[in-house]
Formats: sequence, C-alpha cells, structure tokens
Amino acid sequence: MNVPTMAEMTAQGIQPDVLFWVGCAGSFDDRAKKITKAFVKILNKANVQFAVLGTEESCTGDPAKRAGNEFLFQMQAMTNIEVLNAYEVKKIVTACPHCFNTLKNEYPELGGKYEVLHHTEFLKSLLDEGKITIEGGKFKGKRITFHDPCYLGRANDVYEAPRVLIEKLEAELVEMKRCKTNGLCCGAGGAQMFKDAEKGNKEINVERTEEALETKPNIIATGCPFCNTMITDGIKAKNQEHHVEVMDIAELIANAEDL
Amino acid sequence: MNYIDNIAFAILLMIGIGFFVKNSKKIVRNIKLGKNIDRSDLPNERFNNMLKIALGQSKMVKRPIAGILHIIVYAGFIIINIEVLEIIIDGLFGTHRVFSVLGGFYSFLIGSFEILAFLVLVSVIIFWMRRMVLQIPRFWNKEMKGWPKNDALNILYFEMVLMSLFLLMNATDNHFQNLNVGNPISQYIANLFQESSITVVNSIERTAWWLHIVGILIFLNYLYYSKHLHILLAFPNTYFANLKPKGQFTNLEAVTNEVKLMMDPSADPYAVPAENAAPPEKFGASDVTDLNWVQLMNAYTCTECGRCTSVCPANITGKELSPRAIMMKTRDRLEEVGKNIDKNGKFIDDGKQLLNDYITPEEVWACTSCNACVEECPVNIDPLSIIIDLRRYLVMEQSAAPTELNSMMTNIENNGAPWQYNQMDRLNWKDE
Repeated sequence: MNVPTMAEMTAQGIQPDVLFWVGCAGSFDDRAKKITKAFVKILNKANVQFAVLGTEESCTGDPAKRAGNEFLFQMQAMTNIEVLNAYEVKKIVTACPHCFNTLKNEYPELGGKYEVLHHTEFLKSLLDEGKITIEGGKFKGKRITFHDPCYLGRANDVYEAPRVLIEKLEAELVEMKRCKTNGLCCGAGGAQMFKDAEKGNKEINVERTEEALETKPNIIATGCPFCNTMITDGIKAKNQEHHVEVMDIAELIANAEDL
Repeated sequence: MNYIDNIAFAILLMIGIGFFVKNSKKIVRNIKLGKNIDRSDLPNERFNNMLKIALGQSKMVKRPIAGILHIIVYAGFIIINIEVLEIIIDGLFGTHRVFSVLGGFYSFLIGSFEILAFLVLVSVIIFWMRRMVLQIPRFWNKEMKGWPKNDALNILYFEMVLMSLFLLMNATDNHFQNLNVGNPISQYIANLFQESSITVVNSIERTAWWLHIVGILIFLNYLYYSKHLHILLAFPNTYFANLKPKGQFTNLEAVTNEVKLMMDPSADPYAVPAENAAPPEKFGASDVTDLNWVQLMNAYTCTECGRCTSVCPANITGKELSPRAIMMKTRDRLEEVGKNIDKNGKFIDDGKQLLNDYITPEEVWACTSCNACVEECPVNIDPLSIIIDLRRYLVMEQSAAPTELNSMMTNIENNGAPWQYNQMDRLNWKDE
C-alpha cells in the first residue's frame, strides 16, 4: 500500500492531483480504518497521484460546530486552511460526509477554497474516465441497500454516485422505504455520535436498521464512517450480524476487485 | 333610507380591513425585531422558488392525498375570491350581481366557483375526518393540545360555513336560478326551497349574502391569531428561504474576528478596546430577538402541519424534540414580546426567554442536524437553524454542553480529534 504524505511529495517537488482527507474516524476508528485502506487500494490500483496530510491533518471542526462551539470550529478551520493553502491544495477527496460538507461548504468563507469530492463521487469519476473498471465479482446478484448519509444526501444533494457504483457491481440495489431526500438519519449526526441519546422509547440506529432489514438485504452499504458504526450496532442489536454485512462503498469495490 | 345598507356595508368593510392592517403592522414589527440577515441575492432564483413552492405547491404533493386536497382548497380559496370582489362592489353601490353584464362568461365563472366551492367543502370535510376520525398521529402530538387543535378545527369550520353560505346564497337567488345557467350545484339546493314563499327565499338570500361577507372579514382578522397566516406568509417565506446547501451552517462573523485576532502573531494581547467600541455581540440565541428576521418570519408562517415532526428521527424515537414545537414556541415567545412592547411602549424585561422558558436544552440536544425537517417543510421553514443558534448560546455563552460533548471538544482542542488519540498517530493505520 502506497500512502505518500503531502510533506514527502512536496519534498520531491511533486504536486499531487488530489489530497485524500482521511478524517478522524478514518484515521483512528478500527472499523473506519478498513474503509480508509480499501479506498487507498483503489487509488493505488487506478494510479491516482494522491497524498495525505498524515500527522498534519486535524479535525475539520465539524462536530464542534454542530455542537454549537463555533469558536473551536473556526480555530480548527483556520489552522487546517493554513496547512492546506501552504501546500496549494486544489482538490480534496474524503470518505467522510461530515468532513466533506464542512470542507466544501464552510471553509470557503474562511479562506479555504477547494474542489471537494466525496469518495463515491470520486470513484464514479474514476469509473467514467475508465481508470477503474468494476465487475460484479463476489457481489453479483447480492441484495444491497444503500443508507443515505444525511450530510451527503440532503445536505449536499449527492444521491446518485453511490447508487451508480452499487449497480456496477451487478448487485440488486433495493431501496428502503425512506431513502434519498426522505432518508432517515442513522442517529449519529449533529455531534450525537459523541454522546448518549436523550430519553426516548427507541434508539434511532435501531429504527433505521429495522427499516434496512425490511428490504431483506445481504449487505447494507453506507458512505459514512459514523453511519457504518451506527448501523453495525443496530445489526448487532437485532442479532443479524451473521446474516447481514455493513460495508462502505469503497470496501465493496475493493473487495469486488479482490484488492 | 335606501343607502343604509350601503353605508353599513362600507363601515363594516372599513372596520374589517382596518383591524387587519393594524394587526399586520404588528406582525411586521415583530418580525423586524429579528437580527438582520441579507437575503437580497439571486432574486430570480428566489422568485422562481416562490412561484414553484408557494404558488405551485410543489412540496405539498410529496404527500399526494393531503397535497391534492390542499391544492383544491387553495385554488378554490383564491378563485372564489373573485366573487368577493363582486360582493364588495354590490355592497358599496347597491347593485346586484354587477358582473352579470358579462353574460355567458359570468355564468361560466359562477358555475366554476360553484363546482370549486363544492370540492372545497368536500376536501375540508375530508381534512376534518383525517384529524378527528382517522386521528393521523402528527395531528395529535402533545404540542397540538388546546389552542393549536381548536385553531385547526376553527379554520375547517370557517371554510365549511363560508362555502355553504356561498352555495346557499346562489340557491336562494331567484333571478339567478331562473337564468338556470352557472348554477351546477346550487340548482339542487334551490329545489329545497320550492315550497317556500318568495319573501322567505329572498330574506335567506340576503342573510346568506351578508353572513358570507361578514364571515370573510372575520376570517381575515382571524388570521392574525391563527396558524392560518401561512396563506399570506408562505410567499415571502419561500422567497427569502435559504438557497445554500442545507449542510452549510453560517460561520459567525463575530467569532471569525476573534479567531483571527487570536491567530495574529502581531496582535497585542493587552490591547484596550476602543472607547466607543460596541459591547461584544452575544454568541448564539437565547431569546427571539437574538434570532434573525427570517427565522421569526418562519415562526409566523408555520401552519403546524407537523410534516417536519413526523420525519424527525428524534421525535420518531420518542425524544422530547419536535421541530414543529420549536417553531410554535418561537412564535409564542415572539407574540409575548410583541404584547410586552404594545403595553409598555418598548420591551421591558419580563424575566423570561425563549431558551429554558419555552424550549428546553433537552430538546435542543436531541437534534441530529439531519435536515429532514427542513427538507420536508412545504414552505421552506428551517427549524434546524434555530436549534443550532440555541446550541451556540448554550455552549459559547454558558458552557452548558452535555459532559460527553465537552470531552469531545476538549479532545479536538488538545489533540485534533474528537477522541483521545495522539495527533502523531494519525498515519498509523498505514502500517497496521
């Protein structure tokens, strides 16, 4: 696995085509790290000249902002923007819709103007350009349902890219009752990932998982590390972990290709 | 003596419209209590949104049954109001069905009005049944007890009565019935009066005519007290709605200035603020006057349909939060502040505020910021922006975040991640 850092690339006088923003979950969460690696394998396979910030990366400030801490958010944003601008970054891809939304929509006003893509959009562009080919492989004929991450779907109107990729796997894409603009949150957004839910009669991730299970899927696909955690927990709560897998789109593609 | 009717009518009209104008001014004043926010950009896109969403009802039909019924009532309401114009002219000048000089076209108009009025009546009855017989859950959430429930029913009864009066008025108009065109519905009602004397029929016609116009004037003035204001405010509300991606939250400018100062190596940490400098702005919102005018207009526009609440993940799973209640409470507090100003000439501190006294932190913290409520609202109300402004106040002014969120934020400050991992370990995954 080849993972160059911006510092290394710059030292060699190379300006990479795209910066892979790994994000905190992608860097530290055991489950999300697998997604990160799957995505890197695809980038390597497609010979994409990319780099990561590595230890120079820091939280985008998204959870702080959603929690109402605008100060902390802007401190993080300004620091990150200084790093990104110093490396003259033009294009960013990330596998986290929260980082994606913040970098894309909230950084420009603070001086960080980049072309920002979610990894499903980026993978679709690689596909369109013929840099990767996707064949069904082991997912051929499998029932896959896609859970729309709020910060990818409603927040930024990206609904098609992940679905195009799933269909390329020759899998059967089955939609949940609430999907696309009507998609139900996994329960992690708005900094809920980092706290217990308020008192209620059910956990949101269980509600969503039940709905996903109604489609009788072999795989529940997501495009967000937090959604992944929430749905995985939901699957465990419903004792379905031996029947249904929760996978990121990047993992589906990397596995189909047997990378 | 013949002019008594006309004078009485003119006075009635002036009182009705006069009160409406007076109360409308109060609403405008209250909305202007909000902070400034610039929504003057992209006028074409805004205008198109207004045409599509408010006039064209494009978001209403996302739920087809309620949507189509609503379009019938709405179209009926607007079109039948052409008839009101005739009533006003007749009333002021003592004419009778002044537009009937239009001949065949008039018959066509009144005929269409009658069909619409009948359809409106049917739709309104179905609406009533959805509330009271089917008891669709979103009409029975806990914020819908008392006035909100009665308000909704009052509106339905109003419309039932107004439509019935319109049809009755036509049915008992002998001259009109004798023409026997333009009366596709009222002719059947007219049959009921065949046995009655001319005097009785005529007096029923006059009574229905008067009650119809009085009813309309009362309804006009009822709007001010009601959720029904949306028939007017839906237009500016969709025009001034947010056009940016839903995930984009505002970057507080006051904070940007502070952060820039903190990061500026040449800034003097001991600098004394300029003598005439304005006091630092409050971060976030704890009361309605901290919100912007679009948020306050949102509150007045809300029709309490509850579509937002019915898609809210927090509400679905039994949490306190209901986006509709956020809007209703914001309006309640705003009206309270407005009354305070009416009484005292200016706002006198009443020891209350929107946060805590109306909206509890528990509600505010239950939100996942998923934007389902914003997406769902048929008139583009944004409850999420209010929730975030309340969070900002809780966190930045009161340091009152839930403990776990405080740990998350401390971690971000200390090691650049919401969890306690060393920033220097960020790339370890590569070799694992």
